[in-house]
Amino acid sequence: MGALQSSPGQPEYVDLAEKTGFSLEQIGVLHKRFKQLSHNEETLRRDHLNGIPDLACNPIRSQIIEAFFDRRNFRQNGEGTVEEIGFEEFLVVMSHFRPPALHVSEEQRESIRKEKLRFLFNMHDTDNDGTITLEEYRHVVEELLSLSETLEKDTAKSIADAAMLEVASISMGHMEPDEFYEGITFEHFLKVRTQSTSMFAKILSYSISIQKNEQIL
Amino acid sequence: MPSGAGSHNPAGIGRSLPERGLLLLMVLVFLEGSVLPLGAASSPDIRHQENVDNHKAADPGHNFTKKAFPVLDLDYKHIQTPFEISLWVLLASLMKLGFHLIPRLSSIVPESCLLITVGLLVGGLIKLAGEQVPPVLDSRLFFLCLLPPIILDAGYFLPIRPFMENLGTILMFAVVGTLWNAFFIGGLLYAVCQIQPANPNPLHAMELLPCLLFGSIISAVDPVAVLAVFEEIHINELLHILVFGESLLNDAVTVVLYHLFEEFAGAGTVTVMDGVLGVISFLVVALGGVLVGAIYGILSAFTSRFTSHTRVIEPLFVFVYSYMAYLSAEMFHLSGIMALIACGAVMRPYVEANISHKSHTTIKYFLKMWSSVSETLIFIFLGVATVDGPHAWNWTFVTVTVILCLVARVIGVVGLTYVINQFRIVKLTTKDQFIIAYGGLRGAIAFSLGFLLDKNHFPMREMFLTAIITVVFFTVFVQGMTIKPLVELLAVKKKQEAKRSINEEIHTQFLDHLLTGIEDICGHYGHHHWKDKLNRFNKKYVKKCLIAGERSKEPQLIAFYHKMEMKQAIELVESGGGVKLPSAVPSTVSMQNIQPKKPPPAKPAERALPQLPKGREEEIRKILRSNLQRTRQRLRSYNRHTLVADPYEDGFGDLLLKKQRMIELEKKIKDMSNYLTVPAAPPDSPTMCRARLASGKDTDFKPAQQQKGSKVCPDPQAYSMKQGSDGVPTIHVDLASPQSPDSVNLMDEFRQASQQQEKDEDQGLMMKPPSRPTGRRKPGETDADKDQQKLMRCLSDPGPSAEEDEDEDEPFLP
Repeated sequence: MGALQSSPGQPEYVDLAEKTGFSLEQIGVLHKRFKQLSHNEETLRRDHLNGIPDLACNPIRSQIIEAFFDRRNFRQNGEGTVEEIGFEEFLVVMSHFRPPALHVSEEQRESIRKEKLRFLFNMHDTDNDGTITLEEYRHVVEELLSLSETLEKDTAKSIADAAMLEVASISMGHMEPDEFYEGITFEHFLKVRTQSTSMFAKILSYSISIQKNEQIL
Repeated sequence: MPSGAGSHNPAGIGRSLPERGLLLLMVLVFLEGSVLPLGAASSPDIRHQENVDNHKAADPGHNFTKKAFPVLDLDYKHIQTPFEISLWVLLASLMKLGFHLIPRLSSIVPESCLLITVGLLVGGLIKLAGEQVPPVLDSRLFFLCLLPPIILDAGYFLPIRPFMENLGTILMFAVVGTLWNAFFIGGLLYAVCQIQPANPNPLHAMELLPCLLFGSIISAVDPVAVLAVFEEIHINELLHILVFGESLLNDAVTVVLYHLFEEFAGAGTVTVMDGVLGVISFLVVALGGVLVGAIYGILSAFTSRFTSHTRVIEPLFVFVYSYMAYLSAEMFHLSGIMALIACGAVMRPYVEANISHKSHTTIKYFLKMWSSVSETLIFIFLGVATVDGPHAWNWTFVTVTVILCLVARVIGVVGLTYVINQFRIVKLTTKDQFIIAYGGLRGAIAFSLGFLLDKNHFPMREMFLTAIITVVFFTVFVQGMTIKPLVELLAVKKKQEAKRSINEEIHTQFLDHLLTGIEDICGHYGHHHWKDKLNRFNKKYVKKCLIAGERSKEPQLIAFYHKMEMKQAIELVESGGGVKLPSAVPSTVSMQNIQPKKPPPAKPAERALPQLPKGREEEIRKILRSNLQRTRQRLRSYNRHTLVADPYEDGFGDLLLKKQRMIELEKKIKDMSNYLTVPAAPPDSPTMCRARLASGKDTDFKPAQQQKGSKVCPDPQAYSMKQGSDGVPTIHVDLASPQSPDSVNLMDEFRQASQQQEKDEDQGLMMKPPSRPTGRRKPGETDADKDQQKLMRCLSDPGPSAEEDEDEDEPFLP
């Protein structure tokens, strides 16, 4: 890593390119940005990301930033969070937003989609217990609404409740009154999020900007 | 101008006063015959002297001789124009009605084909009767009266998001595709005309420019035809928006090409300069149209901000502003269609936030009505015009045109898709390409443009018209009829009738913000970044200017939630005892199931009531109330009827009646509890509270309950249902209520019931306003208890005592 930092030569890039699927130019661009964000340090900390002015008015800022420091997103089967990340981790997280290659088979496409969804799921599932509980979902909705001028916690709560109810009824079908639906599992997440074709398309395409990004940069 | 040809026709459209006729027609088409009584108001029966004077002035040729006072007079001429227009509209509507009465027919043959056939028949009949066929598809009539409603309907209800997401592809097809089609068809047609061997042929005289002009007319995909066919095949959203969007946006290209070639056809030579000017003109026409539309859209939104006191005319602003946008754009030869689309799309979010629910429904229905009548008329007129038109059939020209149209479309789509797919994430498959190519229907716009051609400049006009009609017929009949089986054969993805769910909304917003955030981290200003900026600008400034009151501050998610909640509430109430469930997935999952098992003891005291703005709350309540009242009236009249019908079996009748009502009620309750448990609002939401209260009070719950208590008529089914629904938040009935008598005289009970009913009517529906922002902070427990108590009282206490009790609750009353 240190070697990479001191002289970002091509060989290291090739290694990373294989790992993340980014092209060499894209890695170069992202590296430049990484150094800019971290003020030429080797690692990136939360306050670096917090300092991005454009991010300031993003309602889900904290969740986005957390995602960069979440071990689950590093593709290493890790858990928990880290304090700082190197360029490699940064790149790996970024690679979740890479568009699928031009010619991929249906299975590949499906697995890419699942991976992307897993990333989203992890953003919701903050305590990493495999389910998005009602509390966690409420938190998401609250965050989404957090920038509106009139903060209405109750409304956020009832919206989350309604949404949860919807998920429960879609994924469980019939439930006895005394049964308990403890939360959205990843399978339910898949089911709900891909119910309509438009959502399917959206999930696949939630990378389009990044692609353009690096091409333009 | 060909409209001059209308100077002697029985429809009198352009009689001696073409302007007036058109104006009348416009009004009539717009009001769809509702003006007829108005026209009749000045007709024979009540016509008096001054009316006659009036008439004389308007029609000096009318011979008026002094005879005995005419008791009954016939003056058809006086009402001819509006009458015949109404007849046309009536014919169109009846035909539309008729097709749906024949079950199989409409599933095999698209409506547009049937309508054209009807038009052909009617035209034939008129011709057989020896009358002159009216020039029904006259360009002015078409472009000024028939087309705008259809386009406005399309523009106002345009699904913005998919449209914007695919804008690049749509523009590519609309601009490049249409240009390619025009030049390919025009050029090759010219070539074919030139290489005609041997015998002298009129085609030899064809020049390049008329060919190109013809190509530009024939190449544009027609929105009317596309709408008519695509709405029947229920294709998936992506394909629909691609073909339909193309048909809307290619208008600018067609307008420019048309004017360009028409201009040059007179001049003869074309220089490079003209080409450059053409490109500039295209930009002006397209962007100018959008600009005009946007300006009128904003004006309309702004106007609607102040209409809260005159709700009746709210819908009118939407129509008039958009029509003016269209006319203004047409005035400058800008693209009127783009103006209408822009106007509708711009005004909609703001207008919808401002106007009342009823106005919204009105707008929806009026637009749908106008556009469907217009569409029907257009297809019928197309048929009539075919019979009428002076035809010049030329085998070579017509066949070559049809073939070229098909070939150009296929090549264009395949070529363009190849380019576009490099940039798209969701690639267009071969099937998609096929449907896009096959869905390129031509229609009445092409015909009307052809009709507009000047006979002096274009001696080939009749041949052009014939060829256009053939192409239109070919696309509408052959392609329109086969596209449905083909879609099924190819197993193209159909449209899923999924309702927009709250999860989808949350997810979409989450993704938007996520992508914006990631772009910011990348340090690149991609389109998500700009979209976000635009959104914020919209929220900060535009909404404040254009939306009245509190709603401007409402985040989109909350607005969506409220809308959904209201829709479900209305659905619930409207369905009354019906069986329709608001959700596609019937399930018994309830709030209980997702709430943490043991609610934390310090459960938030206040209940999850969204604090609705006052105005909206009032609105929901009003809707609920009116609907409930209607249900009650229905019930009551039904009761009376039954009672009258069985005068002998009074007692038995009562019993029957009660049983029926009980069953009905149980059903209602079951529905209700079902409803309560499906993805509806949480049990604590105001909608539910109201519904719960309302159902308790409104439906004559008590007799049924008492009956059950007294075991006069135990209905096991009903009983078990009650048990089943016990667990879910619904009406809680305490069988051991002290007031509930153990055994009740039937008659007595009925009297009580009716008393209760009367009481209900007197008081109207008592609804509890949701906790206001200033609201009392009562512990949830107490609140719920109170609700329950109140309910109990309503249910079990007939007569005056109940009223006393309710006085306590006065603060609850609005």
